[in-house]
Amino acid sequence: MSKQEKHWEKTKGLLFITLAIWFVFSIGIFFFGTEMEASSFKPFGYPLSYYMTCQGSLLAFVILIFWFAGRQEKIDEEFGYTEREDD
Amino acid sequence: MIKGKFIDNLPKVYGIYTGGFLAFIILMAVLEQAGVSAKAIGIAFVAFTVGIYAIIGWLSRTLQVDAYYVAGRQVPTVFNGMATAADWMSGASFVAMAGGIYFKGYGYMALLVGWTGGYVLVASLLAPYLRKFGCYTVPDFIGTRYGGNLARLSAVLVLTVASFTYVTAQINATGTIASVALDIPFQIAVYVGLASILMCSLLGGMRAVTWTQVAQYIVLIIAYLLPVFWISNKMGAGFFPHLMLADEVARIAELEGQFGFVKNSAADLATVPKGLAGITKAHSSVNGTNWGFISLAICMMAGTASLPHVMMRYFTTPSVKSARRSVAWSLLFIFLLYSTAPMLATLSKLSLIDPNLATGIIGKSITDVQAIDWYQNWNQANLMFVSDFNGNGTLELNEFFMGGKAVVLATPEIAGLPYVISGLVAAGGMAAAMSTADGLVLAIANALSHDLYYKIIDPKAETAKRLIVARVLLVLIGFAGATIAALEIQGILGSVIWAFDFAMSGLFFPLVLGVWWKRANAQGAVAGMLLGLAAGTWYLIHVRTGGTPIWGVTQLTFGIIGSLVSLVSMVVVSLLTKAPDAKTQAMVDEVRIPSGKTVLGKQH
Repeated sequence: MSKQEKHWEKTKGLLFITLAIWFVFSIGIFFFGTEMEASSFKPFGYPLSYYMTCQGSLLAFVILIFWFAGRQEKIDEEFGYTEREDD
Repeated sequence: MIKGKFIDNLPKVYGIYTGGFLAFIILMAVLEQAGVSAKAIGIAFVAFTVGIYAIIGWLSRTLQVDAYYVAGRQVPTVFNGMATAADWMSGASFVAMAGGIYFKGYGYMALLVGWTGGYVLVASLLAPYLRKFGCYTVPDFIGTRYGGNLARLSAVLVLTVASFTYVTAQINATGTIASVALDIPFQIAVYVGLASILMCSLLGGMRAVTWTQVAQYIVLIIAYLLPVFWISNKMGAGFFPHLMLADEVARIAELEGQFGFVKNSAADLATVPKGLAGITKAHSSVNGTNWGFISLAICMMAGTASLPHVMMRYFTTPSVKSARRSVAWSLLFIFLLYSTAPMLATLSKLSLIDPNLATGIIGKSITDVQAIDWYQNWNQANLMFVSDFNGNGTLELNEFFMGGKAVVLATPEIAGLPYVISGLVAAGGMAAAMSTADGLVLAIANALSHDLYYKIIDPKAETAKRLIVARVLLVLIGFAGATIAALEIQGILGSVIWAFDFAMSGLFFPLVLGVWWKRANAQGAVAGMLLGLAAGTWYLIHVRTGGTPIWGVTQLTFGIIGSLVSLVSMVVVSLLTKAPDAKTQAMVDEVRIPSGKTVLGKQH
């Protein structure tokens, strides 16, 4: 496998992890809207369903993208594909 | 005077700007205490901020192609994040979203999830790769990746349909705010809004839009957060509403139980002015089907990743790496406003309905309510209405009606804040709607001028001529948008949601597969774009004309049908026709690594 193919394999791997986490917070948990509302776990006192839609999932996405950007930069670095000048 | 030195001094320039804006707010507050009329303050706020944007637009004028189309590709990561946030957060986010949450509750909060979650798709699937490609517009990518004018033309078509639907909503929003703040009729106010929008983009294209958008973000975020924090403290709901609002959410549920949701008769409802809504749904409890929530979120997410005015912001960063990081910053800046919208809806509703608060009007006598100043103003603007349906002389929960777009604008007055805050909110709403309209009008005009005119009609056109064509188109599209906005066909939120569905139907899979599936070819992409758009449009008309919905897909989520048709037809047609040639495949390989030259040259 060439260097470029390996780089792309790793990039795809990161994509799948990122999309899996994204799926859980954007789609997966909202299949359980009623269950979340009934749950006794109440972050900051809100029902879980309400908390996830108004803050929880949103915050998860922010953290996820920063994490994803950092990881992708590491992959690019590992294979020497980082851009030389970055200004 | 802008180049080089200006970029290095950005934090300082915008720091001074922010300080100046805060000083202006304080000055207005002092003037209000000194007895200056509310109307004068409202006009001052809108005129002052719009004036500043116009000055920035003038200073950023340019005669260079790459400055006009992609701001010279030198917008730093964090500032591009701010500009994208302003580009993104439209009149719908600022003016209409809290209203949607206010009246429709949990079901509409899918918009919050959708309009943020989509950025994960932008960052991981598209933005860095399209930046590496080095295109000026989204159809530029489609046209070069797949090859052929038909693919380029199809992309221009989808882009125009989606962005145009969106831009009418934004001009509608600027018109709404201008008409309230300046006290002029809506039909005239939309053209005032249009003039302000064009002032920002006409001379400097993307460069001017970028620097005004950063300025607009600062105004809109201050205008959105300040009242929420103020009301929260005033009401005793806690210093930091995001963490401490649970009691208020529970209190609303308690009051809802106490008042009950009385259903109004059709005859009573017929007396309510068109477009106003009553509080008929529970504030925080799960009030729709899980699929209803999820399908709306999916459409908004895929739509986010397909809307060209957002994507083209990431063409302006200096590198692939900064494009990727910039997406994260964009979402952080967006998060600040979106996580506040439910707080605003909650505090606003509580101010209005809690009889224990001085501002509460439910349970008061109808004649008292009708005598309140702000009620009269908003009633005159046709955005608020009360009526004594049961004839008992007091106002019940089911006898109060408000326009969704009035929630954010009227909340400071309802909650008893000084008028200076209302002026600030009007300026913020104007900034939000203008910044998005700028991005959209520019996206359409650039696609038509670069892809249709330069790439297809007259590839030999000189720079000066290209930029004149781009500007003429900008004005024409703006006027067309304003004319349609003046007709008020669909509400702000509805049109925006449609725009996402259109974009998703036609562009999502052709864009994503262009990077992630080498086998995708021109025939497949054209089939995907045209059949996707056609299927989505057909389904929208089908549901609007009373057809039976398929799989619970409504007129707000027709992108599900459109994009499925798009995916299937794109894959099938691609596999049935010849694989892309070696040159195209090598081009895709090149796009997948950050280093090295862009596929398209610096000037093209």
